[in-house]
Amino acid sequence: MNRKSRTAFILLCIVPTLFIFSVFIVYPVTQVFYKSLFSSSGFGGGETFIGLENFKELFTDEVFLQSLKNTGFLMLVVPAIILFLSLIFASILSFGNLREKHLYRMIFFFPSILSFVVIGILWTFIYHPNMGIINEVLKWMGMNQFAVAWLGSKDTVLWAIALVMVWQAVGYYMVMYLAGMDGVPRELYEAASIDGANVVQQFFKITIPILWEIIRITIIFSINGVLNISFVLVLVMTAGGPNNASQVALTYMYKQAFVNANFGYAMAIAVIVFTVSIILSLISNRLTERESY
Amino acid sequence: MRIFLRVVLLIATFIFVYSLIWNIIAAFKTNTEIMESPWSIPEVLNFSNFTRAFVESSMGEFILNSFFVTGLSMCLLLLLVVPTSYALSRFDFKGRKLLHNIYMGGLFIQPVYIMIPLFLMMNNFHMLDNRFWLSLVYAAGALPFSIYLLTGFMRSIPREYEESSYIDGSSYFRTLISIILPLARPGILTVIIFNFFTFWNEYALALVLISSDEKKTIPVGLANLMEVQKFATDWAALFAGLVLVLLPTITLYALTQKKLTEGLSMGGLKG
Repeated sequence: MNRKSRTAFILLCIVPTLFIFSVFIVYPVTQVFYKSLFSSSGFGGGETFIGLENFKELFTDEVFLQSLKNTGFLMLVVPAIILFLSLIFASILSFGNLREKHLYRMIFFFPSILSFVVIGILWTFIYHPNMGIINEVLKWMGMNQFAVAWLGSKDTVLWAIALVMVWQAVGYYMVMYLAGMDGVPRELYEAASIDGANVVQQFFKITIPILWEIIRITIIFSINGVLNISFVLVLVMTAGGPNNASQVALTYMYKQAFVNANFGYAMAIAVIVFTVSIILSLISNRLTERESY
Repeated sequence: MRIFLRVVLLIATFIFVYSLIWNIIAAFKTNTEIMESPWSIPEVLNFSNFTRAFVESSMGEFILNSFFVTGLSMCLLLLLVVPTSYALSRFDFKGRKLLHNIYMGGLFIQPVYIMIPLFLMMNNFHMLDNRFWLSLVYAAGALPFSIYLLTGFMRSIPREYEESSYIDGSSYFRTLISIILPLARPGILTVIIFNFFTFWNEYALALVLISSDEKKTIPVGLANLMEVQKFATDWAALFAGLVLVLLPTITLYALTQKKLTEGLSMGGLKG
């Protein structure tokens, strides 16, 4: 067929999609960076170019610093726990030779398809001081002194939210690792156990190295995933309270934009969060770099 | 050893499904029963909770909106993603690599990052509070992951089918419709399943792009209901509402979980 119709066909395939993607995704991304240099308040109101003033102000804003600290905490703690637990569950399912393996896989994966809003509402009730299951169990075990208002106290609220995030994502990463583990030739393990390597040694010397590339990718996925889910969970469960103890950077951004109409300031927050997540991804990429096995 | 593993897995299972089972039970309890104990079983099944969720909290309307937005987003997404994935996976043209990299970079853009500029832009063009534009935004946001899945799948289709179609004198467009589309069905199905959950559950963009109550989708409706119930304390109706949202999710999950977990490991392995 002639060149002209080939070119026409390719253009017809890619141009409409690229146009929609540019308008609704690429253009807003550029706007986040551009508008963060302006002071803009309200709709259609005056916009003044103020350079890096928004950023300077952010680093003296106590609430923002607190929210950035909370976000950083979640981005480090949550992926680490998820990685640890999902690797353990995946190994149990892959090497346990259990007949009900597929049932467990289905159950553990289930939370990752639920709406974050639904998860937030359900866990608000699980943590409820009077009618929640956690305090009920503690009372039943006679540990009344530990039955606190988990979401109402500044010492526990962030861990409480971190736990929900782990609960939501463990099954998802478990499934990713499980596929990799099932593909590892079993002869490797037989040979290792003949050489006298125990289960733990086999795990660190065979399983982890073979899965290393998948693990590297999933660490970056989970660091970035934290941002999205923490935004919804905090909004639904605590609205950043008590006294900003659970405020994360993106909920603070939301508040600045849609409560205070401080759009330029809010976009400066988005720029910082974006930069932090890229830096963390690069660091994790660098730290996990290894000679190929 | 086997026994020990099973105990660990059973405890984990309890932790994973407890909240769900408790939610379903609570949806049939009276408000007093809910306050009393998280363990108790309702004395009678209170279907009136569901009526109140439907009538007083307009759950029915939210669910219809969610179905509408999810369905429309899916149609728009497929119209956009299939031709582009085909071009990217089969034709060598100038800028192909760049285009591919742009979409893959999009994998790192979370909707929450861009909700403010999107809101301001759509406000300028009077596109706010409109379910069609919301759906188009959803479709655009789903492009990177869908293109990633579908180009991977299309590359695995043997070229011979298309070549014989061209020899028969079919146009490129005809070949795409009658040869590629049927062959790519499993890949397209994976795209549909993954994005159904994304669209059905999306909250952040629906929260800022839709303002009038009668156009809200179910996650936004539920979050509002949660706020209202903090004062009205009709928890039973809230839980009934949650069950209504979960029904389509659970049904689809039961039907597709094998495909879903396979699709995930397929994508995950290729990175």
